[in-house]
Amino acid sequence: MVEGLITLFFNLALPLLLLVVGFLVGTIVERRHLRRIRAREAELRDVLAFALRRIPEDLEVSAPNFVAGSAVISVDYFKRFAASLRGLIGGRLGAYESLFERARREAMVRMKEEARRLGADIVLNVKLETTRIQAGGRNATISVEALAYGTAYRRGEGDGQIH
Amino acid sequence: MRVVQHLGVVQGSTVQAKNVFRDIGAALKNLVGGELRSYTDLLNESRQASLERMQSEAQALGANAILNVRFSTSTITQGAAELLAYGTAVIVEDDARG
Repeated sequence: MVEGLITLFFNLALPLLLLVVGFLVGTIVERRHLRRIRAREAELRDVLAFALRRIPEDLEVSAPNFVAGSAVISVDYFKRFAASLRGLIGGRLGAYESLFERARREAMVRMKEEARRLGADIVLNVKLETTRIQAGGRNATISVEALAYGTAYRRGEGDGQIH
Repeated sequence: MRVVQHLGVVQGSTVQAKNVFRDIGAALKNLVGGELRSYTDLLNESRQASLERMQSEAQALGANAILNVRFSTSTITQGAAELLAYGTAVIVEDDARG
């Protein structure tokens, strides 16, 4: 009887509890994170970022600085479950889309923050890279690392141009 | 500045394995989702090391600048990743300004 209850607990109640906790806390964490990202993006609006490979001819810039920003973001227990269900029928995995979005925007914000620390206000040749990471041991949890990097300049000072 | 000589592609890489202690926190974080700070830092540190290796290779060639630097990351086995930095080593010279 007791043994049966314990088995029931581990096979049913515990995963269910993890799902509920994962869903509630995960949702709050994600919402907060997105809010923080939006606030910092607004604050960094005057640091421009472009994927241009060359400095536009009509732009005078200062000496270059290499800048980069990265973030490793993990999904919660509920999303992993939801995604595995989605995997049965196919279609868009909304749960994972927001994961990539958060990682990339966070990386971009960090890159811009570094640029600003160095006194720059424009980042050129920006590249984005995403890598899947197996974090937290054998049961292959899903987390992604996003990396944003580029060359930061201050506008309107001259001398940084490479011909 | 002006490029006076191209010295070819230089690269630097590190293979980084995860740390068990950092993993404990990550496992907990995996329940509720969110940023895995320890992993972000770990990857940043080894990426920095890759950059430094690339720079010393460029220096050995006599370069004083590396252009178009790129990063690439690949997972080798579970819990290990290779972080590669590469670019074009060049010698640049200041323009004679008149």
